[in-house]
Amino acid sequence: MALSNVLETPAAGFNFDNAARNAALEGLFDGGQTPKPMKTGTTIAGVVFKDGVVLGADTRATSSEVVADKMCAKIHHIAPNIYCCGAGTAADTQKTTDLLSSNLTIFSLNSGRNPRVVMAVNILQDMLYRYRGQIGANLILGGVDCTGNHLYTVGPYGSVNKVPYLSMGSGDLAALGILEDGFKPDMELEKAKELVRLAIHAGIMSDLGSGNNIDICVITRQRVDYIRPYQVSEYKDNRKTKYKYRPGTTAVLTEKVVPLKLEVVQESMQRMDTA
Amino acid sequence: MHSTTVVFCKRKLTPVCTGCVVIKKRPNRIFNTVYRKESGRNGITMNTRGLRSQLKDSVPVAGLCPQGAYGVQDSLRSGFTSVKNELLPSHPLELSEKNFQPNQDRMNFSTLRNIQGLHAPLKLQMEYRAARQIQRLPFLQSSNLALDTLRGNDESIGFEDILNDPTQSEMMGEPHMMVEYKLGLL
Repeated sequence: MALSNVLETPAAGFNFDNAARNAALEGLFDGGQTPKPMKTGTTIAGVVFKDGVVLGADTRATSSEVVADKMCAKIHHIAPNIYCCGAGTAADTQKTTDLLSSNLTIFSLNSGRNPRVVMAVNILQDMLYRYRGQIGANLILGGVDCTGNHLYTVGPYGSVNKVPYLSMGSGDLAALGILEDGFKPDMELEKAKELVRLAIHAGIMSDLGSGNNIDICVITRQRVDYIRPYQVSEYKDNRKTKYKYRPGTTAVLTEKVVPLKLEVVQESMQRMDTA
Repeated sequence: MHSTTVVFCKRKLTPVCTGCVVIKKRPNRIFNTVYRKESGRNGITMNTRGLRSQLKDSVPVAGLCPQGAYGVQDSLRSGFTSVKNELLPSHPLELSEKNFQPNQDRMNFSTLRNIQGLHAPLKLQMEYRAARQIQRLPFLQSSNLALDTLRGNDESIGFEDILNDPTQSEMMGEPHMMVEYKLGLL
């Protein structure tokens, strides 16, 4: 029981104090909307090939109808051998993958082993189910570990699917069509990269929420290739970020020098203290 | 079915007879006082207030404990009080998050009991109770290191380590008030 002069420190973790206030505010502004979180309306895709996993993503982040970020990085590093593409609310995917990465780092420091992809999937599943889908993160996890090459998808409620190829996000249907048509088990690296590129490209063309460049991440047993950007969009604008012009850009037409005559009115000397 | 512990009636110094109710009360200390009621019937003692008593079924009623850090109603942030606001949780996750740790513990203990027998959760719970008593003064934030190690929280990071960290909270209770409140003198 609380008294008015005794402080009860709020519990650590999420603070739901503002939920009632938000619900009350929704009704107050008729027509006005509370600010929407930035979503990533995305196309992300992943393919398992002979030597590893290829992950691909577009780079557009939208906030309702406006493009909020043209070079958003959607492929997050989880562990040296595991990478994760995230679709959904941008902040949620970033924070969740950060937490996952920290947990796996602690584990590998404790045990001295490389984390496995199933561990990442299980940690994610527990975390997302605990919050009953309020954390809007649709993730594709891909990685290579001692047991082989794996590709998993985790939904916002914690549902897990293990598949050889998949796509997520708002452009997933278009990408999935390309993947279904072109996927073969045990592909070569170049063919896998091309397939993923085509899939993301289809998503970019058919979906408003996806666009700009394509990022590709190739994970193999020996190394990870994070190619950003793999393909630059042909509609890239050449906007100058610096507006400093070099001297001589503007031609000089005429020059007129007028000397300024000054008279000495008063002269005073102040001794400087140099001690 | 007989349990292994026998409770002695304080008056008669004999094992508890039928219908005799023994109420144990630990002396007041700075840390939490725990009231345990054991009903004895035919020599069987049952702990009727276990972990379940720590579950919170609802947010406290208005008038007794309004929202806000100091227990005073925060009109600027939460608007005018209404009984509905105080009783029902405003967010679907509010209750499940409040009860999350006790529920996890119950689940783990129950699994442990099924696998290893009753002794395992009993011993662990004893250690938990001991670790929970290692606290600083009421107005200071305790690290709960032993409790965290027992629970396994020292090897994982969750939202409770990042968001709303109590060690980083900008408000501190008034020391004398907090100590008096904990001692029950307020």
